[in-house]
Amino acid sequence: MTEPKDLFQQPAKPPAAAPDREESIDPAGGDRPRTLAATERVAKYFPVESTWFGRKGRFVRAVDGVSLRVRRGETMGLVGESGCGKSTLGRLMLRLVDPTFGRVVYDGKDITHHSQRELRPLRRRMQIIFQDPYSSLNPRMTVREIVGEAIRVHRLAKTRADEETRIVDLLEHVGMRGDAMDRYPHEFSGGQRQRIGIARALAVEPEFIVCDEPISALDVSIQAQIVNLLVELQERLGLAYLFVSHDLKVVEHVSHRVAVMYLGKIVEQAPSETIYRQPRHPYTRALLAAVPQPDPERKRVRLVLEGDVPSPIDPPSGCAFHPRCPRAVKGTCDREVPRLEDAPQARGATGAGSHRVACWNPYVD
Amino acid sequence: MPDEAPLLRVRDLVTSFRTDSGTLRAVDQVSFEVPRATTVALVGESGSGKTVTALSILRLVSSPPGRIESGSVELEGRDLLQLPERDMRAVRGNQVSMIFQEPMTSLNPVYTAGWQIMEAVRLHQRKSRAQARARAVELLRLVGIPEPETNVDAYPHQLSGGQRQRVMIAMALACEPKLLLADEPTTALDVTIQAQILELLRDLQQRLSMSILLITHDLGVVAENARHVVVMYAGRVVESAPAKDLFARPMHPYTRGLLESIPRPEARAAGPVRRLKTIEGMVPDMRALPPGCRFADRCALRIDKCADEEPPLAPIEAAPERRSRCWRASEVSP
Repeated sequence: MTEPKDLFQQPAKPPAAAPDREESIDPAGGDRPRTLAATERVAKYFPVESTWFGRKGRFVRAVDGVSLRVRRGETMGLVGESGCGKSTLGRLMLRLVDPTFGRVVYDGKDITHHSQRELRPLRRRMQIIFQDPYSSLNPRMTVREIVGEAIRVHRLAKTRADEETRIVDLLEHVGMRGDAMDRYPHEFSGGQRQRIGIARALAVEPEFIVCDEPISALDVSIQAQIVNLLVELQERLGLAYLFVSHDLKVVEHVSHRVAVMYLGKIVEQAPSETIYRQPRHPYTRALLAAVPQPDPERKRVRLVLEGDVPSPIDPPSGCAFHPRCPRAVKGTCDREVPRLEDAPQARGATGAGSHRVACWNPYVD
Repeated sequence: MPDEAPLLRVRDLVTSFRTDSGTLRAVDQVSFEVPRATTVALVGESGSGKTVTALSILRLVSSPPGRIESGSVELEGRDLLQLPERDMRAVRGNQVSMIFQEPMTSLNPVYTAGWQIMEAVRLHQRKSRAQARARAVELLRLVGIPEPETNVDAYPHQLSGGQRQRVMIAMALACEPKLLLADEPTTALDVTIQAQILELLRDLQQRLSMSILLITHDLGVVAENARHVVVMYAGRVVESAPAKDLFARPMHPYTRGLLESIPRPEARAAGPVRRLKTIEGMVPDMRALPPGCRFADRCALRIDKCADEEPPLAPIEAAPERRSRCWRASEVSP
């Protein structure tokens, strides 16, 4: 379960300690109940290329020194392309993956080194909705068993009738008919399976849900239903979400704040409306420009990024984005890693400090 | 004017599948046209019949359980549904090819990218191995694979998702088809890679003056790539219109609902998160379709007539290129 100790020595060095401008997440640091789930310079390196003689010391730096916090009742959007580490970060926050460095904090408690047993009471409070509705549901269980399992494990229903009512309720919440109860996952479309997965997560009445690409598999009209459902549940139950997605349009819609990840690091973070109106990082800007707009009259913005995301095993030197970056400065961007710092402010802007960017040459307009 | 004739004309196509609980028509009386060197988008949700339509054009519907029951698929005036299988094989890949959503499962993992392209080339053209290999390298260069001389020997797993889709496109283009059926070609890809692939398809279309039938559920992709849009719902075409008209003024409640359910960044105001507009309910069960309009029970404009009588796909007055399958088409976008 836990990483062998030598892992802590093998990678060259822990990520540089970026100055953290946000408040401390330690309970000792004062009364700050707003942050529910957080990481502090957390990293996850997966070893690759093991040989007969042990590890050769090469690592996929899936998450590389990320500090992120999710406040109670808020949606934190986490955007990036496949392989950027966004899903791993979500799993780190839930301690489904053990960090290589850094800390994981939940509700003021450092849970970085909690054992599985110590984590168990927390499991009811934090849930995850998975991306792939095909592999995340047990094909041999009926919907009743899938949704009911968590209710039973956590003893949330007193009687069988009570349990049944809850399951029907949950299914109706996610837009499914009650008669789905005694059917098996393979009898449903991908979209309906995802609804079952959501019902399962909601069954234990959690306060924090990592939504890992929850709507990618759904049809457009169904996506809107699920998004509304998630928003509604948040308002009613005060849920906090880490909304992991590559779909910028939906992330913008549901999120209060948004963080953009690239190769294991957060490159920009801001309140939702700020990041979309005044993106400062060239990568954020390219991502936004790449989203096709449902307006045939709109002139296409030709800002097509070239090349693929580089391998997280050998990330480029300096800023990991520099080989694809239209604004890269030779001698700086290819040598030094930029830190996540306050973004240049637009004139008249308020809320300094809430918009942060990791770039040597950010857009200023 | 022979040049004005569309490249592809699908008429009253019906494709059905036998299931344990009866026969269902996945594609039900579908008609549309694809002009030369133009992109037409086929839009719809899963189960609407868009993929089966494409497979029917190529006669690739597996039978049983599938069966093309009636209708015609005319490519340059020749009905593909009437061709003997041998002639049909010459059409596939040569004149019409198809690319799929998932490039990892559509490429054979045990053969190199180059081998698979060479196979496509040699199946349809009399070429030596060396010539076919040269053609494969040329095609990989055309679709923007870096170092094509080296990557021609790469196995699919050594390529990224975007590169695999480029290889798929290279295979599809091996014989310079007149028509490319692109079934969700970018759905499995990241947005920046999606932008690259769509750019590539637009570029190739211009260079090879090829027609594309773009099957997608992403209306953003439609808006940026298609000249004409055909919207499908539950096996039926419900609306057909030039892209700019369709987005400006949808004339079927389903189309309008789809457009309204997209989050619009420019409309996002600071403050609380708003609700998206949704289309309530679900797609009807294809095995038990209502007698009237198939969208009726989700429709806000429903009148009594809708439940009893299905509207025809009727031309819109004053807009000869548009069609809508709605009794109240003119009231959809006031």
